Amino acid sequence: MAQERQAAIVGIHEYPLRVAPGVSAMNVKVDSIRAALDDAGLKWSDIDAIYDAQDGEAGGGLQLAAYLGLRPTVLDTTQVGGSSYEFQAAHAMRDIAAGKCNVAVLSYGSTSASNRVAIGTGGRGGPATWATNMETPYGATLIANYAMVKQRHMFEYGTTDEQFAGISVATRHHAMRNPEAVKAMTDLQFVGVNEITPQDVLDSRIVADPLHLLECCMISDGGGAVIIASAEVARNCKKPPVWLIGAGEATKYRENGGDITTSAGAQSGPIAFGEAGVSPDEIDIAMIYDSFTITVAVCLEDLGFCPKGEIGAYVEGGRLAFDSGEGPALNTDGGGLSSNHPGMRGIFLLLEGARQLRGESTSQVPDAKLAVAHGNGGLLGGTHTGGTVILAKD
Amino acid sequence: MAKRPQPRFPEPHTEPFWEGAQQGELRYQRCNEDCGDPVVFYPRHHCPDCGSDDLDWHVSKGEGTVYTFSVVRQNRMPGFIDLGAYSVAYVDLDEGFRMMSSVVGVDDPTTDIQIGQRVRVEFEEQEEGDYPIPVFRPIEED
Repeated sequence: MAQERQAAIVGIHEYPLRVAPGVSAMNVKVDSIRAALDDAGLKWSDIDAIYDAQDGEAGGGLQLAAYLGLRPTVLDTTQVGGSSYEFQAAHAMRDIAAGKCNVAVLSYGSTSASNRVAIGTGGRGGPATWATNMETPYGATLIANYAMVKQRHMFEYGTTDEQFAGISVATRHHAMRNPEAVKAMTDLQFVGVNEITPQDVLDSRIVADPLHLLECCMISDGGGAVIIASAEVARNCKKPPVWLIGAGEATKYRENGGDITTSAGAQSGPIAFGEAGVSPDEIDIAMIYDSFTITVAVCLEDLGFCPKGEIGAYVEGGRLAFDSGEGPALNTDGGGLSSNHPGMRGIFLLLEGARQLRGESTSQVPDAKLAVAHGNGGLLGGTHTGGTVILAKD
Repeated sequence: MAKRPQPRFPEPHTEPFWEGAQQGELRYQRCNEDCGDPVVFYPRHHCPDCGSDDLDWHVSKGEGTVYTFSVVRQNRMPGFIDLGAYSVAYVDLDEGFRMMSSVVGVDDPTTDIQIGQRVRVEFEEQEEGDYPIPVFRPIEED
């Protein structure tokens, strides 16, 4: 392959609990960083770059270095919602290639479940802006925003509820093989911790038409950490490196006359695949931000797995299951739908992508070589970001 | 009477829009430069197509088409919590701008709203606050 291999994921950790009362977001971050360093065989003082999505309670990037007790030479506080970690991984690739740092740490901690944060169905706060003053009076919940994308997709392309449900079915299939996901669903008191059928999805209550409950991600506690290192450091780590070989970043927003069924991924995807020198049909593992079924549908199209509007036919027949023999395997950890979604899922896309390319997944695809992690942050039917990262086995 | 949240001020971009709402006008901006996409909405101090700050306010006829919509069945926010199922929509106005709003005046929002439906603006008085909220009602067929 032609692509340069200058930076790799060398250490990973996913915080095991999804309900962790009495634990702070900072605790989750630090416990995860320590475990990820141990996974890599690196020590605390090796860290020379901190990437932080301002998720801890102590003031984000300004405070994290002090809390950790580190003096990094790179401090990146990119916060673009759920896609923050794909953006940060892209920045770590650049910073390492530029010689600014050798050991970068990305971390996430959240206590959304224990704090009863109504992410999808509550209101949005903050000061009045040119945009909020035009939207707040209408009570558009986050879920309603995504639902409007699904509504338009169904209208424009004839995509059916049954086809969308296939995405929920595939991720639940994977979740049932992941003990942490099973515990998550149990601790969060899911009705029916078991495999599901498309009919189960259709029979679940509608939260915002046309999105059913089983098309929506959970709200959990949780977090994790990723250590990204230079090639020189990576060669001496405990586990085989998982190379970052391409990345793309993009934004999209409501525009007069715009197409709501096309996301920022249509811009970030080609950049990432181009840089990596690979195409979607070579991808074994698709780690796609599954806040909702519609997010996966739109992003798979935009990344080029199938033409725009054809996701319904593409997913029919169950190709997204890890054991379908067709691929790509979707969200083999169980996804945000059935394993882990404390609010910003982007880090888990990198974690499971890396597990697959190391051969450590609970739904392992034999000889997986290439993965894509695509994060979508913000509102799919409004202002959002797309971050795409291509990962390669050593 | 409706209890929708009010716009909040000071917020300089949107103030002329909401002053329009008080007068029963649905206002939008146009760029006076000869740029490719002169319709500006949401309100701004510049044209997002060319960057010019030479913008004028215009009044829409208030008719448009439902681009997409959802019906919210669960909202924990005060003002919506008691409303039951209500719609949220993007409406494409005939003058070429897209706004978020709500389609009202139907028996059952879960069955009586469609993409492509023609709708007309009305200004919904609120229980509290100075600003009526522009919402849309289906235009009766002849």
